[in-house]
Amino acid sequence: MTLHTPHDLLEAVGNLPESGDDVIVDATDVHKWFGRLHVLKGVNLTVRRREVVVLIGPSGSGKTTFLRCINHLERIQQGEICVNGHLIGYRTENGKLVEDREREIARQRSEIGMVFQRFNLFPHMTALENIIEAPIQVRGISMDEAREMGLKLLERVGLAAKVNTYPQQLSGGQQQRVAIARALAMRPSLILFDEPTSALDPEMIGEVLDVMKELAHEGMTMIVVSHEMGFAREVADRAVMMDEGIIIEEGTPEALFSHPREERTQAFLSKIL
Amino acid sequence: MTSAHPGLSRPGTRSAARLTGFVLLALVLAACGRSSYQYNWNIVVDSVIRPDRLILSGLWLTLSISVISQLIGVILGVFGAIGRIARLAPVRWLASFYVWFFRGTPLLVQITFIFFGLGVTGVYRWPDLVLLGITVSGNVQAGIVALGLNEGAYMTEIVRAGILAIDPGQMEAAKSLGMTYRKAMRRIVLPQAARVIVPPLGNEFNNMLKTTSLLVIISVPELYVTFSRKNASGPTVFHPFELFIAAAIWYLLLTTIWGLIQAQIERRLARGTGAAADAQPGMIRRLFGAQREVGR
Repeated sequence: MTLHTPHDLLEAVGNLPESGDDVIVDATDVHKWFGRLHVLKGVNLTVRRREVVVLIGPSGSGKTTFLRCINHLERIQQGEICVNGHLIGYRTENGKLVEDREREIARQRSEIGMVFQRFNLFPHMTALENIIEAPIQVRGISMDEAREMGLKLLERVGLAAKVNTYPQQLSGGQQQRVAIARALAMRPSLILFDEPTSALDPEMIGEVLDVMKELAHEGMTMIVVSHEMGFAREVADRAVMMDEGIIIEEGTPEALFSHPREERTQAFLSKIL
Repeated sequence: MTSAHPGLSRPGTRSAARLTGFVLLALVLAACGRSSYQYNWNIVVDSVIRPDRLILSGLWLTLSISVISQLIGVILGVFGAIGRIARLAPVRWLASFYVWFFRGTPLLVQITFIFFGLGVTGVYRWPDLVLLGITVSGNVQAGIVALGLNEGAYMTEIVRAGILAIDPGQMEAAKSLGMTYRKAMRRIVLPQAARVIVPPLGNEFNNMLKTTSLLVIISVPELYVTFSRKNASGPTVFHPFELFIAAAIWYLLLTTIWGLIQAQIERRLARGTGAAADAQPGMIRRLFGAQREVGR
C-alpha cells in the first residue's frame, strides 16, 4: 500500500483537524462494576487533540472496557467522562448524574469513531454501503455526496476495486480498512481502536497499521488498545499501562517500553516483547 | 422410504421412488374398483379444471384471509419480538403474556371466542365493513383477527430468535456510528434477521393456507367450507370422496406455488452471504430435491 500525501484520508471527508491542543477526552475517577465485579477502579486519563495514546495491559485489566465507556457502549457507575467538553452518556440534574436521552447519546457517539477487533461490518451491505449508511441515516447528507465521499475514502484505504464487494468476500485486513473508512466517514473528532489487529492473520496486520499510521500523521486523535509495540513506538505520543482496573504507569512509548518503573509493567512487557 | 437404502445410487433411488409411487397408485385404484361405490371422477376433474363461482370465491377467501392474517402476524411478531427483548420490564411482561396466551390456547377456541364471544356480549358485534368497494362480512373480519393474533404469537418467537441470532457487535457498530436503537434495529439488525426468519416464516404461511379451514366454525365460506357445502346439498351431494380429493388438490396447488415463491425470496435474501445466489438450489430442485439428496 502506498502512503499518500499528508491529510489525504481526512481530506477525503473534509475533516482536517483543528489546530490547538485542547482537551478531547477527560476521564476522571471512572468506576465500573459488572454485577459484583469491580472492573474499573478509578481511571483518570486526559487526551489532547492530535494525540495518539496506546493502551496496554494484561487481559482483564479493563482497557477494552474503559475504551467502550468513552462512547458509552458501557455505562459507568461513578466518575465522569467528558468528550469535547461534554459529559458522555450522562447529564447533571440537581447535582446528580442522570443517564442521557438516547438521542443525545447517539448524537455524541456520532462524533466518536470506533473500530472493533472483529470489524463488525454490516454483512448485508457492500463496502461502499457500509461506509455511507451512517452519513446518510444519521447526518442526513445526500446520496450523491455520500457516494462521492465513500468512493474517495475507499480509494485512500487502497480498496477502490472493492466498492461493490460484500464483507464476506474481503480478507480480514481489507474488512478492517473498510471499517476504518466507515468510522472516518462520520468526520469524528476522535477514533477509538479496540485491538484492531488482533483478529488478523499476521500478513494482514501491516496494511491496517499503515492506514492507522497515516491517520496519526494527519493529526487524528486516537486511543488505541493494542499490543503492537512497533506501531506504538512509531506514532504514539503516550503509552498507558493498565492493570486490575487502574492506570499504573504512563509515559512516552520509548520510556515505558525501555525503562518501565513498575514491576507489573516489567513483567507484562517481558511476556509480550 | 428410500432413506433405508443409503447405498443406492442417485438415479436408482429416483426410479425406485417412482416405482413405489406407481405401485401405491395402482393399489389405491384397485381398492376403488373393488368397492360398490359409484365413482364420479368428473366431479374431481370439473372442480379442478372448470371451478365454478363458489369454488373460485372460496379460493379467493382462503388466499386473501391467509395473506392478510400472515401480514398481521408478521407485524405483530416484529413488535412482539422487540417487546420481548425490551429494556423495560413491563413491556417484556406484556409481550410474554401475549405469546403465552395465544400459544397456550387452541386456535379454535380463539376463533369462536373472538367472533361469538365478543359478538354476543356486545363488546364488538362484528358488523360488515365496506373497504375499497368490497363488503367484508363480520365473520371474515373476526377470522382474520383471530388468525392474525394467533400467528403473531408464533411469529414473535420466530422473529425474536432471528434477532438473537445476529451478532451483538452489529448493534454496537451501528450505535457507535450514532444510530439510535430504533434506527439500528430497522437498518442493521432486522434486515439481517430477516434472512434467518424467512425459512420458518414460509413454513408458517404454508400452515396458514391450510389453517384457514378452521374458520368453518364461524361459517366463513373459504375453500373447505365451499366443498363441504357441495357435499351437503346440490348436484354433488354426498360425494365426499371426489369433493375432498378436489379440495386437497386445490390446497396442494396453493402450497406448491407458495413453495416456489419462498425459494425465490430466500435466494434474494442470500446476497452477501457465503451462499451466493447461484449456488443456491433452483426452485424445482428445492421442492422435489429432498429425495435426490438421499444416498449421498
